[in-house]
Amino acid sequence: MKVDTGKIERGEKEKLAKLKQESPKSKLPKDPIKESLKSHKVGLKLDAKIPDGPIENKWTKHKNEIKLVNPANKRLIDIIVVGTGLAGGSAAASLAEMGYNVKAFCFQDSPRRAHSIAAQGGINAAKNYQNDGDSVYRLFYDTVKGGDYRSREANVYRLAEVSTSIIDQCVAQGVPFAREYGGLLDNRSFGGVQVSRTFYAKGQTGQQLLLGAYSAMSRQISKGKITMYNRHEMMDVVIVDGKARGIIAKNLVTGEIERHGAHAVVICSGGYGNVFFLSTNAMGSNSSAAWKIHKKGAFFGNPSFTQIHPTCIPVSGDHQSKLTLMSESLRNDGRIWVPKKKEDARAIATGKLKPVDLAEEDRDYYLERRYPSFGNLVPRDVASRAAKERCDAGFGVNQTGEAVFLDFAAAIERYGTTEAKVKGIENPSKEEVIALGKKVVEAKYGNLFEMYEKITDDNPYETPMKIYPAVHYTMGGIWVDYNLMTTIPGCYACGEANFSDHGANRLGASALMQGLADGYFVLPYTIGDYLADDIRTGEINTDAEEFVEAEKKVKGDLEKLLNIKGNKTVDYFHKKLGKIMWNQCGMSRNREGLIDAMTKIKQLREEFWKNVKIPGELYDMNVELEKASRVADFLELGELMCQDALDRNESAGGHFREEYQTPEGEAMRDDINYTFVSAYEYTGDPGKALLHKEKLKFEAIEVKTRSYK
Amino acid sequence: MNLTLKIWRQKSPEVKGKMETYPVYDVSPDMSFLEMLDVLNEDLVERGEVPIAFDHDCREGICGACSLHINGEPHGPMQRTTTCQLHMRSFKDGDTIFVEPWRAKAFPVIKDLVVDRSAFDRIIQAGGYVSVNTSGNTLDANAIPIPKEDADKAFDAATCIGCGACVASCKNASAMLFVSAKVSQLTLLPQGEVEAGERVQNMVSQMDKEGFGNCSVTGACQVECPKGISLENIARMNREFLKTNLSPGK
Repeated sequence: MKVDTGKIERGEKEKLAKLKQESPKSKLPKDPIKESLKSHKVGLKLDAKIPDGPIENKWTKHKNEIKLVNPANKRLIDIIVVGTGLAGGSAAASLAEMGYNVKAFCFQDSPRRAHSIAAQGGINAAKNYQNDGDSVYRLFYDTVKGGDYRSREANVYRLAEVSTSIIDQCVAQGVPFAREYGGLLDNRSFGGVQVSRTFYAKGQTGQQLLLGAYSAMSRQISKGKITMYNRHEMMDVVIVDGKARGIIAKNLVTGEIERHGAHAVVICSGGYGNVFFLSTNAMGSNSSAAWKIHKKGAFFGNPSFTQIHPTCIPVSGDHQSKLTLMSESLRNDGRIWVPKKKEDARAIATGKLKPVDLAEEDRDYYLERRYPSFGNLVPRDVASRAAKERCDAGFGVNQTGEAVFLDFAAAIERYGTTEAKVKGIENPSKEEVIALGKKVVEAKYGNLFEMYEKITDDNPYETPMKIYPAVHYTMGGIWVDYNLMTTIPGCYACGEANFSDHGANRLGASALMQGLADGYFVLPYTIGDYLADDIRTGEINTDAEEFVEAEKKVKGDLEKLLNIKGNKTVDYFHKKLGKIMWNQCGMSRNREGLIDAMTKIKQLREEFWKNVKIPGELYDMNVELEKASRVADFLELGELMCQDALDRNESAGGHFREEYQTPEGEAMRDDINYTFVSAYEYTGDPGKALLHKEKLKFEAIEVKTRSYK
Repeated sequence: MNLTLKIWRQKSPEVKGKMETYPVYDVSPDMSFLEMLDVLNEDLVERGEVPIAFDHDCREGICGACSLHINGEPHGPMQRTTTCQLHMRSFKDGDTIFVEPWRAKAFPVIKDLVVDRSAFDRIIQAGGYVSVNTSGNTLDANAIPIPKEDADKAFDAATCIGCGACVASCKNASAMLFVSAKVSQLTLLPQGEVEAGERVQNMVSQMDKEGFGNCSVTGACQVECPKGISLENIARMNREFLKTNLSPGK
């Protein structure tokens, strides 16, 4: 495959135009949804407020130039933070330390349980402790490239720049990162990069970082600077005179609807992967806070950009409630394969043939075959698509036909041979080698192997793991400017909830970095620029008409849900939506499928509002009602995701449109027409959102084709 | 397989609760315990009954939200396993399974199997942190080398998920394992050692205020802890506590 130089060459436009003509797309009937969209005007120009000057000076310059709020005045200002994961927890702690009065909300019973806690692998930082040539620029470059050139350069550079402070900060807080025998911090390597810049705490890095943020929050709670609202769900944002001035929240224990006022509202509610029903997200992870602000005027950025992680434990049956990730680090030593012959795949799936008994020449190590230079370590989007391709072709190795093998036999033998040499064992028997090798593999991945065995009842030391891709992360999210402010003045979005740093594909160990960067080191500064005008505002009056109205609407919607008294459960609708999204807006998408999905989602949504059944009362702990109001939002967001996927006539990162691929089946980006962020404005109909484009300019980086051949 | 479930139902804190019987059929051994409850709840909703409330979130054994006393054991029969990671293959066809909430004065029942564990949060707020601001202008992360052994021990203590199984398993409903895990983590690290004395005093006093019992070193907590937090931490906390009592000026 030809790798282009990055510059848009003369004649390329014509070439692309010709290619498009030849694609089957031109023969298709006109798409009714797109036609109706044409009646809308193209959106206003979005102002990302990127500071001038060379990229390495932008953040420093910006910090020097924005307005500040003096310490005495900070005491007069209230800020609401929704969500207490890495972004929310760190933001709440930092804002409170600076002197603002913070009200923090989480739906869990404690802020320590936010789903950041489940992150396994690690956190990137450009410390260059390993002296392998790492730098802020390299981290910046890898992240932009990994995101397939669909992220905002200035934001990513700032992320790389503050990454080093995160590690200093966390160590000072008592986060027990892994260390070497000399007492210094250890690093490891992750997918898509050529340096070791990942800091980790075994397979529980997210837990340790979150507990660090939680402890910083706890310190401020004890001082009264943070008021914590556990088991509370944000139901809507309240806008007064065009500014975000508070939220309506539901007390999940009593069912009461509460009004909370503040001078600014910060949304750190995470991603929306649960729109697919099955994902690696927690059961309670939801899009409602983000979706509610979208409906009140916050634009939604790149909603179709979702990350499907290649190594998850496959679905075992209809009862399945969620999927479990097996860390990316396993691909360092595991070889991925399926049988070469369909009859062997069937024999294995039905239990007639053991995978270990299949001869080497009858196995297809398809990643090594297709991508000889990166092999099993291609980035997540590429590995996921390749697994789907083999399974769709009928080579899946379990009963559902949706699983491939991740095999450690070769690694066990390789490590065993080395160990035998180290130990001076001459002519070791095969059994001896394997026993030694297993020990090495256990030391590296023991906890993951144990988790796999608990869930599947298969011993991965004896038989290869079965894995399949699953929804893991959403790169898309609320559109924010350089200050992390949404298009609603005074309303901010941080962490996975915003769209800003990962483009069309996120690299491993970068989500934790972004959450903490936004919360500890970006938002606490940028929010002052806005709040400087609020020092004389005084306390926000929650008896204002806008609060009363918003509260009435929330109550009305919940009562409406309870009064439907239909005959289908909430999960019935959620599962159906998940299937549509997974099949038609998942790992690969096409035009007809997306148009069809939008129609189906619309119908499903109508049915939901006619036929959902929710027992129990409003003023009580009512778990079904909680689920129902989240699923109602997913049923709208799903349609917007399809609209975006349909609009983006290219393949980039996690967004793979079947019409736009090379003859070898690789993703084909269209830099001429699609180097922009899609930011959608709500128009009252989720599938007919108004598209605004933020053009992406690459000044510090040359745009190239990603190739892993 | 077919099972009989005896589950604690309690509408609210003020109302008395009782065990209710629910037969469940065709349970797959590959289901997790919570997925089995999901299926039962789906059934209850279809029949127009109020589903059973229980805490759960990540279902990966790390958030600490899930609880449940299953057949008299916190998180059920599998060692070092949270309820969400417990699978039905641990049970036999025809079994009767008793499911109750955590039982402790400091963990009042909110509804059915859901209890209020905010006492744990208040103990952390009393001192389970290092008093450092999040300015980012601290020392370089590698400025203070920490012996690997200490770092590893601190990490082991820090893996506590705050689920409360230690309290639920203890005949005294003591929170010593939970509190000592945090005290140990921070005392073992030079960053946390500076205020170790004040921390242990404040956390212990909050623990007592919340109504947790005392420790009589039966070791049940260590056995039932899904993360295998060691009793060694309680010894370390006692030592730290004693140290500050003997030299109160420090």
